[in-house]
Parts: sequence; structure tokens; C-alpha cells
Amino acid sequence: MALQPQSDAIIRVRDITVQFGKTRILDGLNLDVKRGEILGFVGPSGAGKSVLTRTIIGLVPKVAGRIEVFGVDLDAADTATRRGVERRWGILFQQGALFSSLTVRQNIQFPVREYLRVSQRLLDEIMVAKLVMVGLKPEVADRYPSELSGGMIKRVALARALALDPELVFLDEPTSGLDPIGAGDFDELVRTLQRTLGLTVFMVTHDLDSLYTACDRIAVLGNGKIIAAGSIADMKASKHPWLNQYFNGKRARAVVV
Amino acid sequence: MDGNPTLERIAKGNGLALLAAGSWTARFAPVLEAMVADAEKLAGSRPNIFIDVSQVSRLDTFGAWLIERLRRSLTRGGVEAQIAGLSANYSTLVEEVRRVKPAPEVDSNPVTISGMLEQVGRSVVGIGGTVVSLIDMLGAVLAAWFRVLIRPRSFRLTSTIHHLEQVCWRAVPIIVLITFLIGCIIAQQGIFHFRQFGADIFVVDMLGVLVLREIGVLLVAIMVAGRSGSAYTAELGSMKMREEIDALRTMGFDPIEVLVLPRMLALVLALPILAFLGAMASLYGGGLVAWLYGGVEPEAFLLRLRDAISINHFIVGMIKAPVMAAVIGIVACVEGLAVQGSAESLGQHTTSSVVKGIFFVIVMDGVFAIFFASIGI
Repeated sequence: MALQPQSDAIIRVRDITVQFGKTRILDGLNLDVKRGEILGFVGPSGAGKSVLTRTIIGLVPKVAGRIEVFGVDLDAADTATRRGVERRWGILFQQGALFSSLTVRQNIQFPVREYLRVSQRLLDEIMVAKLVMVGLKPEVADRYPSELSGGMIKRVALARALALDPELVFLDEPTSGLDPIGAGDFDELVRTLQRTLGLTVFMVTHDLDSLYTACDRIAVLGNGKIIAAGSIADMKASKHPWLNQYFNGKRARAVVV
Repeated sequence: MDGNPTLERIAKGNGLALLAAGSWTARFAPVLEAMVADAEKLAGSRPNIFIDVSQVSRLDTFGAWLIERLRRSLTRGGVEAQIAGLSANYSTLVEEVRRVKPAPEVDSNPVTISGMLEQVGRSVVGIGGTVVSLIDMLGAVLAAWFRVLIRPRSFRLTSTIHHLEQVCWRAVPIIVLITFLIGCIIAQQGIFHFRQFGADIFVVDMLGVLVLREIGVLLVAIMVAGRSGSAYTAELGSMKMREEIDALRTMGFDPIEVLVLPRMLALVLALPILAFLGAMASLYGGGLVAWLYGGVEPEAFLLRLRDAISINHFIVGMIKAPVMAAVIGIVACVEGLAVQGSAESLGQHTTSSVVKGIFFVIVMDGVFAIFFASIGI
């Protein structure tokens, strides 16, 4: 249960404290994410799951602590090193965060176009490859985000997150708002992509099915700290009241059966 | 391990092996693309060509796709180019990109003369549409107003007061400041030129008529269109984008009654107040300049002002104010509710709200000028 420093840790979070005004959201939190794993990150609503994600990717300032991604200390790194790290990760925001004035094609091509000097032909081909990977038809390429369904928005956003073939992907509640079949497909998709591309996935989720089918390891956030980390079996065996209720409650039993 | 990618050509009998090595990843995509384009020219030069990828240290979607693209180009006349030496952990990725079909073409619209004429035609028809939608909104607002008169309890007082604070109270400092400065400038210019004829004192006539009748209300209306009209459009537009207006409708509320009416009412009340304050600030600024720069004593200024202007000038200005407010409000709300799903559309409609608002304010001013001239005020 204790998080030992791992040599193959792709994300290493040490003693992170985040505070909004007087409310302390994260309080000396430690977390390791290992290379090639899918880490499911759970916790009660409002516990600060999204805050931790946003702190790691640098959108929320922290009061204290150290964050290393790919072995780079993000606070000490100069701008060029930071840009290098940002190129190696992809982020799927909760609401998709697609650029509303760009088409699907332009949304996916945007990061590639900015970082790599390649021909329009290759851009188009890579765009189609990404769409196929996330299970969409190439025909949606010229639609605008406002013309897509909720599930399609998530898939396009994932395609955009994967555009530069990152090694690390952050998924913030990827299956929320999807029907159970769609959510199951999405879990399967994340699994497949992780296998084919060798991704490391950091997934904030509330979906028990996702935890069972997609995740290698689970970390639980409570009171600003990681209260448990381990496999699904460890979670079920835990005596912590919230964990017990979460993993052995009525909804959890329905998943197992 | 992250060596630069290479693609070597090795002749084997009458065939050819293309030996790929190094890191075939996104980082090297520009190099890879050039290499692959070069190798594609070999198509048909040998009876059989195969691509050996056993030396590739790293592979991602970019590399996998370029290898697949090369394989497709080399496949000619029934002889399929083979990929050899694929390691197990990359084979799924290559399988994945095999499913990719050529990209659909972007629909491009070349610029033609008939296309440009079509654009002009559409814009002209669009003007008619704008007028119709403004009249439509005016009708909807009036209908909502009558419903409120019949059932006063459905009136949203809190919301109206809130908007009144936003568009009136908070606008006072900037409006007073700008109109004060304009008053100063008019007086200074007037004195400067009238002095040549020894007619300094007539600056009071000019200032009084101009400020109370025309400039005061027009300037304030233009500032309100820029300040509050744009805010209304942006508020309603982002509510439309996030389906908040649809939510209101499904709960049985009329968006016109809940959102538009309080805003309109606040604006119609605010503009006369702001126009009055603006006129006073202008007169004060003008008087100050006349005194300090032109040597017109305050007593003389007031005496002259009393002779030069009648109450009619003031009334003309005040009658125009609420009408202009209604025009600004209607334009802003129509534009706000016309916003589509994208951020770009929000920007376009906010711009056109301000542009159309100012345009219609000036048109209304002209209409009023003709009207008052014909009835002789």
C-alpha cells in the first residue's frame, strides 16, 4: 500500500499541497504512476480528483511539493524542456474542450500542424488513422463540434489527445455521460490503445465498470491524500469505510454479477 | 536507442529489400515522409520488393502509417509488397493502420464571379431578414410586456433591478467623464472660431442646442450600444450555446419574458437617465472651458443659456433616448439568440450587435430630425 519510489515511475508526485483561499484541497499527497499501466483514480465527488490532474499538467498552482513527469521536475524545468514534456502527453478534458470554431479534421490536426512540419497529405492520413483508432468514421471529419453527439465529442477529443502519439494520456471522466454500451466500448478502446501504442493512462473516473475492465491499478483520493492504491482485489479487501461502501455497495455487486 | 530513422536499399537477386531502422516516430515525421516519398518512386522497378522492419527500434502511428503507405504504393500489378520482421508488440499497431482508407477530400469552394454575385445576393436578402427578425423581436417583447401587465406577479423585478445596476449605475462614471470631455472640446473649438467675429458668447447657444438636442443623447446611445448591447449579446449567446435557453423553454418559461424583457426594460429606463446626466456633464464641461479659456463668467453663461435654449430642446433629446434604448436592446437580443454552437459565431454576433446597434441609432436620429423639423419644434 505504501508508495515506494519506483524507477519506472512516469509520473512522480511528492507532498503536493493545493489550496484555494483557505480551503486545502490536496494535503501532502504522494502518487506514482508506472510506465505502461492504466491507473484508475477514484474518490468522492469534490475530493479534488480533477484538481490533482490539473495540478500535474500545470493548470492549477500548488503551494508545496514536487511533480516529476518523465523524470523532469516541472517546476525546475526551463520552457523548452516543459514544451518537450507537453508534447509527450495528451489530455482528454471532461467536456472534451474541442475548439468549437474548428472542424473535427482541424481539431485533430491542430497539435500536429503546430509541432511537425509535414505535408497536408500526411496530416489528413494521420487524422483518418486517429479517427479509425477511436472508432469513428472518416465522414465526420468535416463536421463542427456542435454537430456531434456527446459520445462522438469524447472520441474526437481522445483522437486529438492522441494526435502526436503521446506516451502518457490523462483522461478526465472519459465515460461520464456515455451509455453503458458506449462506455464499455470506450474502456475497450483505451485498453486497445494502451496495448498498441504502449500508452500510460491516468484516468479519473467514477465508473465501476471502467475500474474493473480497463484499469491495472486503482488509487483512491480522500481528505487530500491517497488513502489506498492497489489492484481491485486490494480495494475490495480494504477496511476503509468509504472504500468498503464504494467497492462492495449495491452498484458494485451489480457489476461483479 | 532513439537513433535517427533510416531506410536502406539492399538488392536481393532480382528483388529489393528496403531495410527500415531507427526510431520511426512522430518526432521524425518530416524526415520519414521525405524518405518514404523517395522510396515510393521504386514502385514497379523490381518484380518483388519487401520492407524489412526488424531493425526499427520504436514505432508509433506516424511510422506505422508511413510504412503502410509505402507498402500500398509499392504494391503494383498483382505483386503485393510484403512487410517482414514485424515484432509482436508492433503488429497490432500495423493492423490498426491497415484499416485506414485514403482521407476524404476537403470541400473547397473556388472563388468564382457567380459565387461572388451569389454572396452579394445573399447579403441583400439578409438585410430583409434582419429587419423582419427585429420586428419579430419587437412584437415578442411587446406581447411579453402585455402578459406582464395582465399578471404583474410574473414580472421579474429583481432581474430588472440587477440589469439596471449593470447598464445604468455602473455606466455613470465613464459616461459622465466622456460627455464632460466632449463638452469641453465643443466649447473650446466654438470659442476659438467664434472669437474671430467677436461672437464668443454664441458658443453658449451652440453648446446648449448641440448637447441637449443631438450630441448628448446620440453619444450616450452609441456608448451604451458598445457597452451594454455587446454584453447582452454575449450573455444571451453563451446561454444559447450551453442550451440554457432550451432548458428554460422546457421548464415552461418564455425566454423573452425571463431574459429579454428585464434587459429591455432596464435599458429603456437607463438611457434617458444616462442621457440627462451626460447632457449635464457636457454643459458643465463646456461652461468650465468657456469661463477659464473664453472668459465667459458663469453668471453670463447661465443667463445666455436661458435665452438661447427652450425646454423643447431638452424634451426633444429626452424623447429620443428611450426609443434608441429599445432599438439597441432589440438588436442585441436578436443577435444574442441567433448565436450558433461555436465561439467564432459568438464573436461574430457580438460584433454585428454593436455595429447594427450604432447604425440603427444613427438612422433613428435622422428620422427624429426629419419628424421634429416637420412639426416645427
